[in-house]
Amino acid sequence: MSNVPADLRYAKSHEWVQLAGDGTATIGITDYAQNSLGDITYIQVPKVGATLKAGETFGVVESVKAASDVYAPIAGVVLAVNPQLETTPEKVNQAPYTDGWMLKLKLVNPADASALLSAEDYRKQIG
Amino acid sequence: MSVPQVTPLNAFHRQHGGRMVDFAGWDMPVQYRSILEEHKAVRQRCGLFDVSHMGEADVQGPEALKFLQHLVTNDCRKLFPGRILYTVMCYPHGGVVDDLLVYMRVPDDYLLCINAGNIAKDIAWMKEQAQGFNCSVVDRSADFAQLAIQGPTAAALVQTLTLTNLAEIKYYHFVHGEVAGVKCLISRTGYTGEDGFELYCDATAGAGLAEAILAAGGPFGLELTGLGARDSLRLEAGFPLYGHEITDQITPLTAGLGWVVKLDKGPFVGSAVLQREKAEGSTQKIVYFKTNDRRIVRAETPVCDAAGLVVGRVVSGTLSPIINEAIGTALVATTAAAALLVVDIRGTKINLQLVKPPFVPLKKS
Repeated sequence: MSNVPADLRYAKSHEWVQLAGDGTATIGITDYAQNSLGDITYIQVPKVGATLKAGETFGVVESVKAASDVYAPIAGVVLAVNPQLETTPEKVNQAPYTDGWMLKLKLVNPADASALLSAEDYRKQIG
Repeated sequence: MSVPQVTPLNAFHRQHGGRMVDFAGWDMPVQYRSILEEHKAVRQRCGLFDVSHMGEADVQGPEALKFLQHLVTNDCRKLFPGRILYTVMCYPHGGVVDDLLVYMRVPDDYLLCINAGNIAKDIAWMKEQAQGFNCSVVDRSADFAQLAIQGPTAAALVQTLTLTNLAEIKYYHFVHGEVAGVKCLISRTGYTGEDGFELYCDATAGAGLAEAILAAGGPFGLELTGLGARDSLRLEAGFPLYGHEITDQITPLTAGLGWVVKLDKGPFVGSAVLQREKAEGSTQKIVYFKTNDRRIVRAETPVCDAAGLVVGRVVSGTLSPIINEAIGTALVATTAAAALLVVDIRGTKINLQLVKPPFVPLKKS
């Protein structure tokens, strides 16, 4: 049974969004996603300052099994990337909602968050 | 639709959290906990693999040796009771039917271990080739469960379950004995590059034997290990996998398996073509590479020379959890193999560094 924290918002493509309330957000992939991928071996993230459109591919999460694109759940400018993922991408397996965060974004329009799924809706999606 | 086949350990895998996938038509655990952790466990402690999907065949009769000499590339005259030989068998055009182990029980009585995905094809091929020889080929695949215990603590673990003195069984030798009260063929072989055993027992006893080994495994750091780790371990050790480094289109000489091709033993299936390849040189070859980068270079990735011309393709690729970089094999034109080889991973050019396997130091018994 996958962990779906109630205080986060979600995209259908299995990314989570934590809204800080100050127009910024932290992004990662869900427990369900990391479990489906298996052992994560490499993570490619954008550079700080990159502008992401909602739904745009922002990077790649590679596991022993396959390489999968990850999508920006909401539009924003990259403020920070998790520096630990370059050498220890397995943090996404171990702690997808905390140590395994991927990006911090300055949101283009914080109201866009209303289009994201609630924890309840995301839990329904993954069954 | 076809239903995947199951081994006698299918319920065991499910009870112990195996993540089941279809492998060559078999419902098998790709992992239990983590492929990378299971891989490390086998290099540092030991792992238990279900390899019951592998096929077995009996070759018996007064002309069994004569038939095997015709069938396979290695020289079976080297065998004696209790001795095992690794070999391949080829088509007349030199491509590989399968790689296999040949066990000599007693003269005129051999056990062959073949790949799971090739059982039907191999048995049909062997029966066809056996015509005219006074010997029988019998498919025994459904009769056996097969468990592999691999890693530096494997021997100590198995020794707690048997009265057979395992120290007396050398690498590529076997004896008949009992492990946890189950009659087994105890074979000091494996597909990981580590010391260890492959235990062949009656199919009905397989799950009980696995439970007994698991129950005794705690003090030895035993981990249940799936096919994911089996693949990365074999690649790190430099062992070929049928369908990748060897296929019906890749000869054993091209694959770097010249050491199992004994052209001086007399004619065998494929020997004329292999003789010519040896004399003229192979036009392409399997190379082993690492990249100093964690991005996995996956099978079918084109391999280019410095000018960007495609000179081959990757046939196996994974991440070595021990050296923490991508490793793999590629089939490349021999003329290009000595120069710079480059792959493109999502827009990044990565140079292949050719190495002689194994990728890690290995300690066999």
